[in-house]
Amino acid sequence: MRPVLEVSGLSTHFFTRAGVVKAVEDVSFALNAGEILGLVGESGSGKSMTGYSIMGLIDPPGKVVAGSIRLKGEELIGYDEARWQKIRGNRIAMIFQDPMMTLNPVLRIDTQMLEAVLAHHDVPREEALRRSREAMVKVGIPSPDERLLAYPHQFSGGMRQRVAIAIALLNKPDVIIADEPTTALDVTIQGQILFEMQKLCRESGTALIWITHDLSVIAGLADKVAVMYAGRIVETGTVDEVLDCSRHPYTRGLMCSVPACNPRGQPLKQIPGMTPSLLSLGAECAFRERCARATAQCDTMPAIGQDAHAVRCHHPLGAPT
Amino acid sequence: MTEYIIRRLLQSSLVLVAMSVLVFAGVYAIGNPIELLVNPMADDAERARVIANLGLDKPLWEQYLTFFKGALTGDLGKSFVFNVPAVGLILQKLPATIELALCAMVIAILFGIPLGLWAGLKPDSIAGKTIMAGSILGFSLPTFWVGLLLIMLFSVQLGWLPSNGRGDTVNVLGFEVSFLTADGLSHLFMPALNLALFKLSLIIRLTRAGTREALLQDYVKFARAKGLRASRVVGVHVLKNIMIPIVTVIGLEFGSVIAFAIVTESIFAWPGTGKLLIDSITSLDRPVIVAYLMIIVTLFIVINLVVDILYSVLDPRVRLGQGAGQGAH
Repeated sequence: MRPVLEVSGLSTHFFTRAGVVKAVEDVSFALNAGEILGLVGESGSGKSMTGYSIMGLIDPPGKVVAGSIRLKGEELIGYDEARWQKIRGNRIAMIFQDPMMTLNPVLRIDTQMLEAVLAHHDVPREEALRRSREAMVKVGIPSPDERLLAYPHQFSGGMRQRVAIAIALLNKPDVIIADEPTTALDVTIQGQILFEMQKLCRESGTALIWITHDLSVIAGLADKVAVMYAGRIVETGTVDEVLDCSRHPYTRGLMCSVPACNPRGQPLKQIPGMTPSLLSLGAECAFRERCARATAQCDTMPAIGQDAHAVRCHHPLGAPT
Repeated sequence: MTEYIIRRLLQSSLVLVAMSVLVFAGVYAIGNPIELLVNPMADDAERARVIANLGLDKPLWEQYLTFFKGALTGDLGKSFVFNVPAVGLILQKLPATIELALCAMVIAILFGIPLGLWAGLKPDSIAGKTIMAGSILGFSLPTFWVGLLLIMLFSVQLGWLPSNGRGDTVNVLGFEVSFLTADGLSHLFMPALNLALFKLSLIIRLTRAGTREALLQDYVKFARAKGLRASRVVGVHVLKNIMIPIVTVIGLEFGSVIAFAIVTESIFAWPGTGKLLIDSITSLDRPVIVAYLMIIVTLFIVINLVVDILYSVLDPRVRLGQGAGQGAH
């Protein structure tokens, strides 16, 4: 089966006064219909920028400098703004982190939903309204007719995020990019939304990229995982492979810093040091300074393999010695 | 909503009373109009007769009470100089001032918002930087100096526009207006531009700041992620949000444009209330000064009320009349 979305060698750089920030560097992955990819990393690891790059939403001074993004075989890199507009919200949709901020506070929900339909489909208003109502029911918003006439501030955080998800679903996109959509919500709401997203993707065959720093969310939701560090994917594979048999020292470190994995009363196992500045990345492995296994070989950036469970490390854990 | 407006009107009447006391006391303190009104040759009996006639022989509180009783029936006293009701005198001049102020605001809004949007959307472009530099000039050049320069350029050097007066006027609904005749327009253009300059700069800067801030908001990114055209993102999502502060400022500034058109009216000899006020102050015509200030205060109160009502139209989070703490933030 041909993947819905193929990203290969994607690099997004920001040309700032202080220098070139390599926010995304050589990122590759493929996604099949109905599949859920968890994109994991710390703040600043480039996971959101990967999402924006796929949406064509990188603003100057940022620029996608290399790589290819293919949506059902169609190459998106090099598209002008007008063609991107036809893709965005129609074939690739995005959901953002803070539901309090993503809906326009001064526009009614129906305005914000209708415009999303009408931007891509030449249908009468009633038809657009019908689709909006349908999408709201799908994400579990009760009495959609009434809710359509409300303003965002009349919704709770969880309900707003449902509205945002409903908007993303409106045009039945091939891919949805969810940028930490449950981080700002409390745990019970988070659980409901995760469950519904999973169900919707399975049913509609929409591929989902779930960007998060929360490993427990990934464990319950995703099929595949890609762990990002300093703009690069350092380990990728199925959920079980990556989370249970982590091979990259960074992934292992992340797993060990989850409080639930530590015995009570013991200090948490942290990864020593700090994430390197994206301005000063050299030729060496970015994780080198923080890695207990680093050797002289780590002066060069290791390549990531082509296997299903691939790792960007010269000395992966669990490697046959 | 109705309850809210009634409460606001009650509060406003308190403001009016407080204001009238202050103004009355203030005007009383700035010199004695008798010296200007009575012929220096007049004898003491004549002098006393005039003082009694104007009611100036009574103590201040009694003068105020007389004024207050009159004010309740809409009578703000008679002009010492012209011996006609002060209110009538002002209302006769007010249409000219309001016309000037309205034209100035229309210029400021029609040019200010698009220019500000442009500067906000393209802050690094040459056009954006030019607009901002221009707005700094508009801010900092004194009104009277710009007015004189305009006269120098357009009236004296080029001879295109007349330098003073209202020109031909047309009677519309009982008001004389200039903007409907070609001659009137040519008279109106320079004073309106002069008066608009400061407000224009203000609106440009406000719009630009609002745009820059709104563009960073997630809802703009989300709107773009929906695949909307840039014109819709800016024209609906951005503009509707930044209109809230702009409407406030336009409202407040409209009041001040009417109240402080004095300088522009003096320079272009525009026969409005500003000129009347200056004349009244020089001749210590107390009733006219007091009446003028009372009318201006009323105007401010009305404008503020209108702005508050407009708020609730623009920002759904504002619900009038339900007290504080109802907002989402």
